[in-house]
Amino acid sequence: MREIAVVGVGMTKFGERWDKQLRDLFVEAANEALKDANMERNEIQALYVGNFSAGSFVGQEHVGPLLADYLSLKYKPAFRVESACASSGMAFNLACMAIASGMYDIVMVGGVEKMTDISAPEVTSVHAKAMDAEWESFFGLTLPAAFALIARRHFVQYGTKPEQLAMVSVKNHRNATKNPLAQFQFEVTVERVLTSPIVSDPLHVLDCSPVTDGAAAVILCSAELAKKYTDTPVYVLGFGTASDTIALHDRSDITTLGAVVEASRQAYKMAGIEPKNIDVAELHDSFTITEIISYEDLGFCEKGKGGLMIQEGETEIGGRISVNPSGGLKARGNPIGATGVAQVVEIVQQLRGAAGKRQVSGAEIGMTQNIGGTGSTCVIHIFGRQRR
Amino acid sequence: MMPKSPRIWQLAERRYRLLGSKCVLCGKTSVGPRSICPACGSDKVETVQLPSTGTIYSYTVVHSLPAEKNGYGPYIMAIVALEDGTKLTAEIVDCDPEDVKIGMPVELAFRLIGQESEHGIIYYGYKFRPIIPRT
Repeated sequence: MREIAVVGVGMTKFGERWDKQLRDLFVEAANEALKDANMERNEIQALYVGNFSAGSFVGQEHVGPLLADYLSLKYKPAFRVESACASSGMAFNLACMAIASGMYDIVMVGGVEKMTDISAPEVTSVHAKAMDAEWESFFGLTLPAAFALIARRHFVQYGTKPEQLAMVSVKNHRNATKNPLAQFQFEVTVERVLTSPIVSDPLHVLDCSPVTDGAAAVILCSAELAKKYTDTPVYVLGFGTASDTIALHDRSDITTLGAVVEASRQAYKMAGIEPKNIDVAELHDSFTITEIISYEDLGFCEKGKGGLMIQEGETEIGGRISVNPSGGLKARGNPIGATGVAQVVEIVQQLRGAAGKRQVSGAEIGMTQNIGGTGSTCVIHIFGRQRR
Repeated sequence: MMPKSPRIWQLAERRYRLLGSKCVLCGKTSVGPRSICPACGSDKVETVQLPSTGTIYSYTVVHSLPAEKNGYGPYIMAIVALEDGTKLTAEIVDCDPEDVKIGMPVELAFRLIGQESEHGIIYYGYKFRPIIPRT
């Protein structure tokens, strides 16, 4: 299997981009990535793009060729990948395999979502499509409600507290103030999180990732070619992907995301590392409880001790494992289909030592963890400054 | 999203009678029709009547409503563990949000779920309500 390198990254400002369309956002991020890699667009051999639900949000399907067309990738293959919030993480994984197999030498992976053209209740209904339409959302379950069910079980089984959930939001908002592309540029307090309106109890508005417009793009190539484009390539050391039941109620214990456990087991094995070797991680904090459960299921701490891990400050920038220095889905923003690649953009910047005020000093190994739905999909990548 | 008539019709009997699937080989039960057992992969799966009582495994009160529940909430959603261990997702009715708790015994209640459109069909399904001790 050939080794893979990331040689270019680009991302739009995340937020409410009223004046921009889906295609505009994508082209903005893609141009940024090409410029970063000092690459001509005709060097790209294929496009992989993550997108959750352009059909529901803006009435557009078939976004692969649409985006290839607007980027002038004439006749190049363009794949659209859909795995709910893990869409572009999965797109990135397919692109890695295309490089690793030798099929392509240089590919672009992007992700894009344009969510603010429809009302908030409509967005809630679109989010719910990531779950079981017939046996969950038919009866009124929403995505935040599903994670609220998980949070309440975690409270009962492990004694996790609402204040500990709020600390995830506090940390990620603080980090986002150091990221100029983040949607939110303000800090919050535990008290403010706990007094913000309830979305689905025990989750408050400030426990939930926002509705966001945005796009991100990266350029991958075989490791042999990397130095031609950049002095600071970042290498893919390992990855893992897994699925789990579509309905939350079909799992024996909803406080563990089995797909996260399985995907991380694969990724650690392939990279030849252990959780303690990770310096910086972009984790899927779609809700504050998701970040806490992820600490546990990724082996960053013992099962049930995720609440303690945030409370002790172990995941602050410069802590034992710096988690979500970008601000995470919570505060950088969560344009669903763009999130997985936005995580890669951040880890590449961190490993290049180019993350500005939020730089994790001396970061050598980084991880991205992207979850779809209630954990029905999980895709993990591990990156390093050095080749394996 | 608002389901259309064929989708409602396809599963109507399952939802109206609370029928489930049970693997003949390993005994795993699930709500809804399956032809392959999700636990052991066997194709010997039969349709069974699920029990109409259980307890609340986890719950939440939904305040941010999806478009099709416009004007309806806040409402309680729960995962109910039926007496045979099968878990399903359902709304809890006839119960104040302050009174719901994990472990609470509940029973089946056949209720209206929604309406396809202003002049479209009305559709039904299961909800659950607290069991009131009968004296």
